[in-house]
Amino acid sequence: MTTATVDQRSTVALGPVRRFSAFLYRRPRVRLAGLLSAPLLWLGVLYLGSLFLLLISAFWTTDTFTGDLVRTFTLSNFSDVFTSEVYRAITVRTVGVALAVTLIDVVLAVPMALFMAKVASPRMQRLLVVAILMPLWANYLVKAYAWRGMFANGGVLEWLHLPNPGYGLPATIIVLAYLWLPYMILPVYAGLERLPNSLLEASSDLGAGSGRTIRSVVIPIILPSIIAGTIFTFSLSLGDYIAVQLVGAKTQLIGNAIYANIGAANNLPLAAALAAIPVAIILLYLTLIRRTGALEEL
Amino acid sequence: MTLSRGARIGLRIFMLVGLAFIYIPLLVVVVSSFNTSKIFGWPPDGFTTKWWGLAAQNEGVRVALGTSLKAGVGATVIALVLGTMISLALQRYTFFGRDSISFLVILPIALPGIVTGIALNTAIRTVFEPLGIGFGLLTVIIGHSTFCIVVVFNNVIARLRRVSGNLEEASMDLGGSTFQTFRFVTFPALRSALIAGALLAFGLSFDEIVVTTFTAGPGVQTLPLWIFDNLFRPNQAPVVNVVAAFLVVVSVIPIWASQRLAAPEGASVRMP
Repeated sequence: MTTATVDQRSTVALGPVRRFSAFLYRRPRVRLAGLLSAPLLWLGVLYLGSLFLLLISAFWTTDTFTGDLVRTFTLSNFSDVFTSEVYRAITVRTVGVALAVTLIDVVLAVPMALFMAKVASPRMQRLLVVAILMPLWANYLVKAYAWRGMFANGGVLEWLHLPNPGYGLPATIIVLAYLWLPYMILPVYAGLERLPNSLLEASSDLGAGSGRTIRSVVIPIILPSIIAGTIFTFSLSLGDYIAVQLVGAKTQLIGNAIYANIGAANNLPLAAALAAIPVAIILLYLTLIRRTGALEEL
Repeated sequence: MTLSRGARIGLRIFMLVGLAFIYIPLLVVVVSSFNTSKIFGWPPDGFTTKWWGLAAQNEGVRVALGTSLKAGVGATVIALVLGTMISLALQRYTFFGRDSISFLVILPIALPGIVTGIALNTAIRTVFEPLGIGFGLLTVIIGHSTFCIVVVFNNVIARLRRVSGNLEEASMDLGGSTFQTFRFVTFPALRSALIAGALLAFGLSFDEIVVTTFTAGPGVQTLPLWIFDNLFRPNQAPVVNVVAAFLVVVSVIPIWASQRLAAPEGASVRMP
């Protein structure tokens, strides 16, 4: 009874904003709906809707004469993609490149992150984090372009007396590994920073050498962080078509095939069917790693 | 310190080699922009600032820089609003489909840019254009915000996990309305996370080329698009070099800003 009177009095005394606020307070579901409305409209309707539209258009064809879309259901694009030797070779090559890039980045990032988190002094640690973050801000295109001068005939690699693979597939792998390296270092570093030093001490007290500690204690604990990093290195490599154009000479990856079909060939349906390949691979990868807790580490 | 001396020295050498790997190409770009020769050569022939002057007066570069800034600001603002809303919803409430939504937020950066790009391109062609929204700056902003939401979301949700909801409840118990609580309690706690998220979102947008390629109208050219357009024109090589070097140098700004602006972690709200 008393509460009812208080409620009534306060409602009378309060302005519309206050009353709306009280209404929201009493109804958390409405508050939640309000918070989710705009983001879901954007990501759920606009973004997923676009992806859905792309998926549908993979079942359409293009009129060879007019170049217009023919909106009748057909599986011909997918059968083209799956039966064609060329596309199969491109797919295998792209997955191979993505795996190689991921492997190189793991091998480079883990020791670097380990040094940053466990060896460097606190001051050095801050400087190194900035040093790793800085190239992340430098333009993607500029970073890929920078390697043209490295790989060029009479370029910087030769001047440094390092082996120069020239433009081609190895150059593509190196440049992609270069581009995504910070994306691997940062989550691994964050994971290592959370790893208490006492665990390392316990391991060494129990007689393990550095190598054994890293293998049996550090790596298993930071595995989710490493996997989080691989999401970037793997999926960013799968779709790339620009770095390949800059340093890959005639190398073709899935990205190039999609780009060629949507651009010069004006065949959106075939491009859409091709785009389904990296999407399927990435969704499969994300589902596989979901249980490792890696998605929380992003 | 439990790692052996040998392991520490090994890691130090690895770090140095890694840093050299990261910085040598960037250094080459900056040095090349002062090369007297019009074509790339290493070591450079001589020193000149002529190309920097030429690039500063280049109309195409200036317009492209303006477009990039506008797209970045637009995308950042949208990403800030939407990213904060989702993180509040996911962190402060439990509901059916919560996991799916966090998955949906990650999707735009997990999928290759070219997929997001051609999906939006198809949507713009088949749905937006009949509604009167053609390819232009607006479509670029729409595309960029889609993948910028996640960086704001990541920063804000990480902060919300550490700032207990008790503070908000205390504010409400003391008579604060929903909006006052957001303004005086939640927002100050989130401020530095929002700044960090905004910087990242802007950087991501400023850098982006793939989604931009498929969402920009014919007259709309961001700086990365300008570079790509002029990359294989021998005449433009010195100016491209300068723009590239400029972008390497300005990437220091957001780092500096994030160090200056963002308060030290957890400084804004201290738990007793």
